[in-house]
Amino acid sequence: MRKIAIYGKGGIGKSTTTQNTVAALAEMGKKVMVVGCDPKADSTRLLLNGLAQRTVLDTLREEGEDVELDDILKPGFKNSLCTESGGPEPGVGCAGRGIITSINLLEQLGAYEESQELDYTFYDVLGDVVCGGFAMPIREGKAQEIYIVVSGEMMAMYAANNICKGIVKYAEAGGVRLGGLICNSRKTDREDELIIELAKKLGTQMIHFVPRHNDVQRAEINKKTVIDWNPTCEQADEYRALATKIDQNQLFVVPKPLAIEELEALLMEFGLAA
Amino acid sequence: MTLLRHTPKGEIKPRENLVVNPAKTCQPIGAMYAALGIHGCLPHSHGSQGCCSYHRSTLTRHYKDPVMASTSSFTEGTAVFGGQSNLLAAFETIFDVYDPAVIAVHTTCLSETIGDDIPQITKKAIDDGKVPEGKVVFHANTPSYVGTHITGYANMVEGMVKYLTKSTGTKGEHAAVIPGWVEPADMRELKRIVTALGVEHVLFPDTDGVFDAPMTGKHVFYPKGGAKIEDIARAGDAKVSFALGPIATRAASEKLTALHGVEGEVLDLPIGLSATDRFVDAIRKAYGIEVAEEITNERGKLVDLITDMEQYLWGKKVAIFGDPDQLIALTEFLQTLGMQVRHVVTGTEGNFITKRLTEINPEANVKVGGDMFLLHQWMKNEPVDLLIGNTYGKYMARDEDVPFLRFGFPILDRQGHQHFPTVGYMGGIRLVEKILELLMDRIDRDAEEPRFELQM
Repeated sequence: MRKIAIYGKGGIGKSTTTQNTVAALAEMGKKVMVVGCDPKADSTRLLLNGLAQRTVLDTLREEGEDVELDDILKPGFKNSLCTESGGPEPGVGCAGRGIITSINLLEQLGAYEESQELDYTFYDVLGDVVCGGFAMPIREGKAQEIYIVVSGEMMAMYAANNICKGIVKYAEAGGVRLGGLICNSRKTDREDELIIELAKKLGTQMIHFVPRHNDVQRAEINKKTVIDWNPTCEQADEYRALATKIDQNQLFVVPKPLAIEELEALLMEFGLAA
Repeated sequence: MTLLRHTPKGEIKPRENLVVNPAKTCQPIGAMYAALGIHGCLPHSHGSQGCCSYHRSTLTRHYKDPVMASTSSFTEGTAVFGGQSNLLAAFETIFDVYDPAVIAVHTTCLSETIGDDIPQITKKAIDDGKVPEGKVVFHANTPSYVGTHITGYANMVEGMVKYLTKSTGTKGEHAAVIPGWVEPADMRELKRIVTALGVEHVLFPDTDGVFDAPMTGKHVFYPKGGAKIEDIARAGDAKVSFALGPIATRAASEKLTALHGVEGEVLDLPIGLSATDRFVDAIRKAYGIEVAEEITNERGKLVDLITDMEQYLWGKKVAIFGDPDQLIALTEFLQTLGMQVRHVVTGTEGNFITKRLTEINPEANVKVGGDMFLLHQWMKNEPVDLLIGNTYGKYMARDEDVPFLRFGFPILDRQGHQHFPTVGYMGGIRLVEKILELLMDRIDRDAEEPRFELQM
């Protein structure tokens, strides 16, 4: 089983990209589990066709320690498995600790065991790696591969670079590696060239350029992934391409984060329209 | 066989990230001790059960008395979702079952780290009717990874000023006396001194009659002692406040000035001759009184004792460790006695402490934010005639065969500290008595037969 964590700046489209990619992998016949690591618990909405399920932490709070795997693991699109770690309301408690608690609980309950016959587990992690809890999915024995969702916007690239710093730390101790950048296009100037160059500097690759298309939004309004909503549209093929590339990916590296000046120079070079 | 046989003599290697045998414990125990100095108060530990158990049991080991306190009993889920529902439920249960006049909430590492907002939760509890009419809930933030037990005491006393003192708009003639972390007997002695000087006053916190309550055959949940909430409120109208021990009480004194314009005098703990002189004199000046004969007589007795016995005290080397306010006053007193303070270690950090300790005695080895391992190394390199500190010093004293005076917190293996004061002139007499007994017992023990004297 391959365990993959998806990181990236808040609002960049991690959950959308993850679920559409998972839908494509599921369509290819892979058995995939998605673990949402966001207190908002909206990482599996498209696969489940709605926010139908109770989160791991809600269940833990209401049922106590006596939680069954079936209570928190719901089947989604094409036999994918979905679980949401959940967390506290905004402004109280400790969301980071919530992720640690829920991932430990999933392990205890045997969500990752051979008997589940999983090909992939995807961790969809909220925003920046703000504290130790949000790095839980990449600690030793958890996700081995990371993909960072990024766009040609400065702050997205800045966040991606910052996440790379976190990866370096855990790569030294455990075995986690960066598998590549996924460019979720915002239609900025020379975006593909810019991200290809950023990837090169980080020592990795831009694994796929996902063009911006309104079909993604239309599918989302229908609480569906693009493949589920309209399997024949162009955007569906983009996600199939991304899924195939991830499935066949061989390039796993310890990234080399950039100094902030380097990052700014990169933007100057590519970011301004010629 | 030595107990601490891994403490090396000779070169002292620098240590930055390692503490061995710390000379401190964590904030909430100070908050709990201070809170119990309010009559009818139940301290409440907002965190997991272990914190509360540790602090209660350490106070019990020190006083050999049961210590009442409640806890929010955090679980894994509480850590994630926040402690609000636990604290709200705690308020209901506590007022329902234990019926205290006051709940003093203090935080712990966990509730601090997840960022629980106690004032907001308390407000919600009041809005939801979970705090009955006439009952009081207040709080202090006491993250254990900041400061020490003294910081926790200081924070809780500051909380008392912030929440409980009131001003009516008319200043009174009374004084507010805010003692640092001292024993119940000391608080009683301070009240006696101020009363003897003819000054009406309120003293808070006041653990007199709480931790030294008499055995009556009947268990009472809230002992008779403790500062009453209405008396603490009057501190807002005080003519002047005397805060004794700058580290433990300066914050409270300044808060009282800021909130109610009460003029504040921050003094050393009145331990020993000079520090007690300054305390008595500050009251004399503030009230324009003559010092009562009773107090002058006590001073004379202390001076007489020191003079009579100087030959046994003079030049004797001392190592001391403990809490900063005590160390500042005690170092000065030992100098007064003609003794040489050679090594001083406190676990509480602060530039002010270093400054005061080195001012009083520029010759001594001083480590602020140090540990007992270092003190032991110093004692090996330069032996002393007397060690003064809490019970944890007994291992060093035994290994080095040094007379040991138990002083400070905690004292887990001897009793009497709660009954006999060390503050004021009478407290000074008691300290000199104890020191002399230790030094003279040692002379008797070691004297060769022809030199074993009847009269000393």
